[in-house]
Amino acid sequence: MLRAAVTFGRLLRRAGLAAGPDRMVEFVRALEELDPDRREDVYWAGRVTLCSRREDLELYDRAFRAFWEGKEVRTLKRPKTRMSVSLADDSVQPPKKTVERNESGEEMVRLRYSPVDILRKKDFALYTSEEHAELNKLLADLKLSGALRRSRRLEPAPRGRHDPRRTLRGAMRTGGEPMRHRYRKARSRPRRVVMLCDISGSMASYSRVLLRFMHAGVISGERLEAFVLGTRLTRITRELATKHPDRALSEASEAVRDWSGGTRLGDTITEFVDRWGQRGMARGSVVVILSDGWDRGDVEVLAEQMMRLHRLAYKVIWVNPLKAAPGYRPIARGMAAALPYVHVFLSGHNFESLEELAWAIAGAASEREGGAR
Amino acid sequence: MSEAGNGRRGALPPGVSRSQELRERLQGEGYLADEGLSTAIFLALKLGRPLFLEGEAGVGKTEVAKVLSRLLDTTLIRLQCYEGIDVNQAVYEWDYARQLLHIRTAEAFGAEEDRQRFEDELYTRQFLVSRPLLQAIEYEDSTPPVLLIDEVDLADDEFEAFLLEILSDFAITIPEIGTIHASRPPVAVLTSNRTREVHDALKRRCLYFYIDHPGLEREVDIVRLRVPGADERLARQVATAVQGLRSMDLYKPPGVAETLDWTEALVALGAKELDEALIEATLGSVVKYREDQQRALGAGLQLLTGTGGV
Repeated sequence: MLRAAVTFGRLLRRAGLAAGPDRMVEFVRALEELDPDRREDVYWAGRVTLCSRREDLELYDRAFRAFWEGKEVRTLKRPKTRMSVSLADDSVQPPKKTVERNESGEEMVRLRYSPVDILRKKDFALYTSEEHAELNKLLADLKLSGALRRSRRLEPAPRGRHDPRRTLRGAMRTGGEPMRHRYRKARSRPRRVVMLCDISGSMASYSRVLLRFMHAGVISGERLEAFVLGTRLTRITRELATKHPDRALSEASEAVRDWSGGTRLGDTITEFVDRWGQRGMARGSVVVILSDGWDRGDVEVLAEQMMRLHRLAYKVIWVNPLKAAPGYRPIARGMAAALPYVHVFLSGHNFESLEELAWAIAGAASEREGGAR
Repeated sequence: MSEAGNGRRGALPPGVSRSQELRERLQGEGYLADEGLSTAIFLALKLGRPLFLEGEAGVGKTEVAKVLSRLLDTTLIRLQCYEGIDVNQAVYEWDYARQLLHIRTAEAFGAEEDRQRFEDELYTRQFLVSRPLLQAIEYEDSTPPVLLIDEVDLADDEFEAFLLEILSDFAITIPEIGTIHASRPPVAVLTSNRTREVHDALKRRCLYFYIDHPGLEREVDIVRLRVPGADERLARQVATAVQGLRSMDLYKPPGVAETLDWTEALVALGAKELDEALIEATLGSVVKYREDQQRALGAGLQLLTGTGGV
């Protein structure tokens, strides 16, 4: 039984579940308490000990079926290969080999070919793969931080709420007489930033770079949540949390099943607001939507959802790479419908505009909620 | 880690040795669990592990802890989490007023050597006010308490760090006093609505279960069990209507809690059968956003009464 359990664990890890040794021990102990000959018991023992979030359940179910029915085991290995295919599909993404070679040195040479300041203004859609590699370095230096909000946590302050603990500590020194009263007040901390990146076909020239941008934000240690919008919504915060940009991106692309399909912007934003936003993620946070506003779904839906988002969020920033085109007017129906509910409308087509975006996100920082009250 | 061994001694209710039996006992206490949930609870009790329950609002997560305390015939200690909750509100706090008085007493009566003693006493157990988590650890009774840590996702991540020690070793370290171990580890239940992802380190110490909305048949059973005043026909109609509402793409789909509220409202009105007028009058007890109510009404009430066929 032990051996079977260990093999099963290996299969789960390959399927993407974090079934570490501690969890496996727990699994085996759970089996001992139940009836290991009953399939339901084995199923539930594994499910409560080896899964730790809702997304795990589907993976677990598949792996379980494969393992205990002895069939389809091979299908589980497939996600890996599918991932690399989807990466190659995307023409903007530099081939992995190029990136690795670049990282092994040769910086000076490439700098001469693509001087940084030209690169800064160049439209991402026109980038060569070498320039993409260069961009990664620029992005690594970009600082992202959310606007400040008042936290409920208290910190020492010259005035504010009375702090009996520190007052008493002080009183010890003066023979029990609280000579100096101490106070504390709510600490402010950066607001959460939520980024939603459109990865539909029409955004293909930009979405790779924007994902890099999100990655830079996620690993900067700020409270940042990353989602991609395709035919459906996928949360990729976890996948992007790896420091190494290529690994982060390939993990993210593994999580996303619908690269470069059509977008139903209204529906995916609905999904975001329903499943995450309204429950707290969007409340009081800075929401950044990176999209060209092409929506194949019902525009009414998008407008309604943007209104909800507008009510929940502290600031809604919309980044549209098409905005930079001369004579651009928001005629994409989705864009036109969403615009009334957007606080800041930016372009995001080149590096400079991304810097601007980083500023806009941090810019709301000086506006403290406390002042408004 | 050896302290966790304490937890290994199961805290199953007397007479229960299999998960199926536990399921029946839960039902006896008015909670209908499916096989998965009852197995999860069984394992949590048997292995002495905290149970981490996730799911939509109103699917009965908190209820699990309540029913467990009834079943085990023990106290329920509840910690409601919120943003900014800290050690002073969740674990312990020093009783400053008493400490101050104590110092004053020392001032008034004490000789020089006494004063030292008074000061030493200042940070001892008698000046400590215990909050829910410390209460659960210090609980002195033959049956351990049920500790409910409700909506842990609402607390900020700093707070999760405090929970780690408590949930893995069932111990609390107070710098001035030392580490306090639980003689009998509490039965811990954590709930989350997923407003944010709770840290893996915390989840790893728990058994995880995701509670879904129940299917039609089980919801009918739940209504019948919890609202005995409702007859079979009404229960089925209400459950069908709620299932219909859930598929309607509402901002806040009704949970089991709403189903029960609604049934109770209907029973209070003396309803034997659901009709459109009744739904219109009582919709507020099941659908709580104005937009949702409009959507539900717009979709047509005959759909909900079941006459339109769902």
